[in-house]
Amino acid sequence: MSGHSTYVPKSDAGKWLEERLPIISLMHSAAVSMPNPRNLNYWWVFGGIAMFMLIVQIVTGIILAMHYTPHADMAFNSVEHIMRDVNWGWLLRYTHANGASMFFVAVYIHILRGMYYGSYKAPREVLWLLGMLIYLLMMATGFMGYVLPWGQMSFWGATVITNFFEVVPFIGDDIRTLLWGGFAVDNPTLNRFFSLHYLLPFVILGVVVLHIWALHVPGSNNPLGIEPKTKQDTMSFHPYFTMKDLYAIVLFAIILFYFVFFNPNFMGHPDNYIPANSLVTPAHIVPEWYYLPFYAIVRAIPDKALGVAGMFGAILIMFVVPWLDTSKVRSAKFRPAYRIFFWIFVVNGLLLGYLGQVNTTDDFLGIHGVTNLIISRIGTIYYFGFFVVILPVLGLIEKTKPLPNSISEAVLGVEGAAEEAAELAAAEAKA
Amino acid sequence: MADASDLKEPGRRDFLYIATGAFGALGVGVAVWPLIDQMNPDASVKALASIEVDISSVGEGESLTVNWRGKPVFIRHRTAEEIQASVDTPLSELKDPQTDAERAEKPEWLIMVGVCTHLGCIPLGEAGEYNGWFCPCHNSAYDTAGRIRKGPAPTNMEIPEYEFLSDTKIKIG
Repeated sequence: MSGHSTYVPKSDAGKWLEERLPIISLMHSAAVSMPNPRNLNYWWVFGGIAMFMLIVQIVTGIILAMHYTPHADMAFNSVEHIMRDVNWGWLLRYTHANGASMFFVAVYIHILRGMYYGSYKAPREVLWLLGMLIYLLMMATGFMGYVLPWGQMSFWGATVITNFFEVVPFIGDDIRTLLWGGFAVDNPTLNRFFSLHYLLPFVILGVVVLHIWALHVPGSNNPLGIEPKTKQDTMSFHPYFTMKDLYAIVLFAIILFYFVFFNPNFMGHPDNYIPANSLVTPAHIVPEWYYLPFYAIVRAIPDKALGVAGMFGAILIMFVVPWLDTSKVRSAKFRPAYRIFFWIFVVNGLLLGYLGQVNTTDDFLGIHGVTNLIISRIGTIYYFGFFVVILPVLGLIEKTKPLPNSISEAVLGVEGAAEEAAELAAAEAKA
Repeated sequence: MADASDLKEPGRRDFLYIATGAFGALGVGVAVWPLIDQMNPDASVKALASIEVDISSVGEGESLTVNWRGKPVFIRHRTAEEIQASVDTPLSELKDPQTDAERAEKPEWLIMVGVCTHLGCIPLGEAGEYNGWFCPCHNSAYDTAGRIRKGPAPTNMEIPEYEFLSDTKIKIG
């Protein structure tokens, strides 16, 4: 299914290029002739949406860098300069800030779709690993980007995150000093974060190319989790999936631009409109919403080193999911028990997100005697339990539903598929 | 299924196809415009577009150079000889003919953008064959009214928009 291209150059120039660098046939096989399972549902559009968001971020980011000054004394004012003076600067900055959030929305849905339909299972483990690498790079990029406006949340977010590295045994202190380029977060830190924030998106783009390459070898998974057998089970990427993806991108862009135009600071924190002050920490410090579940985990664990280990572990454990899940059946459609645990996992993730931004000592939803800390600990236990207990054990004991014979049989019914197959055979014979 | 004769007339689908494409192209254009326009001068640059200069300290035969929109503006208090030399020059000798009156609103005050019209260098004052300005980059020589007389520059040095707010104060831009 990695499908060599059906592209045949028509013009002489096309033939000339094809013999020397078959780049057009490469792109043709990737975006035009690639056979895709015919039964993909709308959960499959988020990869394309994430790709679109990456491009939006790179384009708006390059432009913002034309107007931004990466210096501790000038960064905050240069952001205000972008907002007030630069033509369309407000639009570009709000698109970039909200675009980061929406990029994470798309990627979280994309990851959860992979988990629901078992997309990480053989032969797609490398595809999954590359995806996780992209996610990790996104977290680093997003964090450093949030530091650049040099507001109070930027400064103290940077302080908290870089202090995590102190728990590394023996050399933690040295690592922290190395990250800072000094004895606290200051101008050198801002400068290097700016440099890396510019670099990493292009690294992400490179890994995205590998991710798509790794997708095209086995082809897309699908809601049934069974491999396409015949031509009847697939449709060409263009025009069917290009148009579907484009339609989804337009709908997604409407949501993005709702925030940009009508609620641009909804996902930001007001304290970041106060210039960074190294002598005063804001009373209530929270990271960007997309890190909140992990922030809840670090706060749920009472020991500093273990807390940080738990937070990084929560991300790193995602890398080994293909080997933790012992079930041979991919799609949750045929795994009634897994489906329940999966949805609990999703709700638990949202719950941890909520808990990441409230006071740990307050009562959970006003329930007397039940603190947010207790609920955070239960959520943390479920989070890790899902990976290290539920995934391995469930695959061994779960009674799965029978899988259909083929994708087209599941779509059209046994008779319908036979009828269509006969039609296709007749058409082919005629040709 | 429609037969072949139906297909010749543009149908609903053709209309939708073209309308969608046109709307999409328009949308892309609207989305791309801010990405390009952001490179134009921003509000903080435009805010500095005009300046006021006090010229009371510039005596006859002296010059003042001020920074206007990032470029030097020469404010020359010309001597009577300089004015006379300029007025006496026949227009037929000029590459870019302009009378002295066209060059200076008040004859004693020559106000011009001090950028050589060849490739943007800043000419030296009271220098060159015509005792006006001389550009060291490619030897363009200007006269006492800043008019090009010799060398590769194609036109006279630019006269900015300016007005006398009083006898000792001018506004440039």
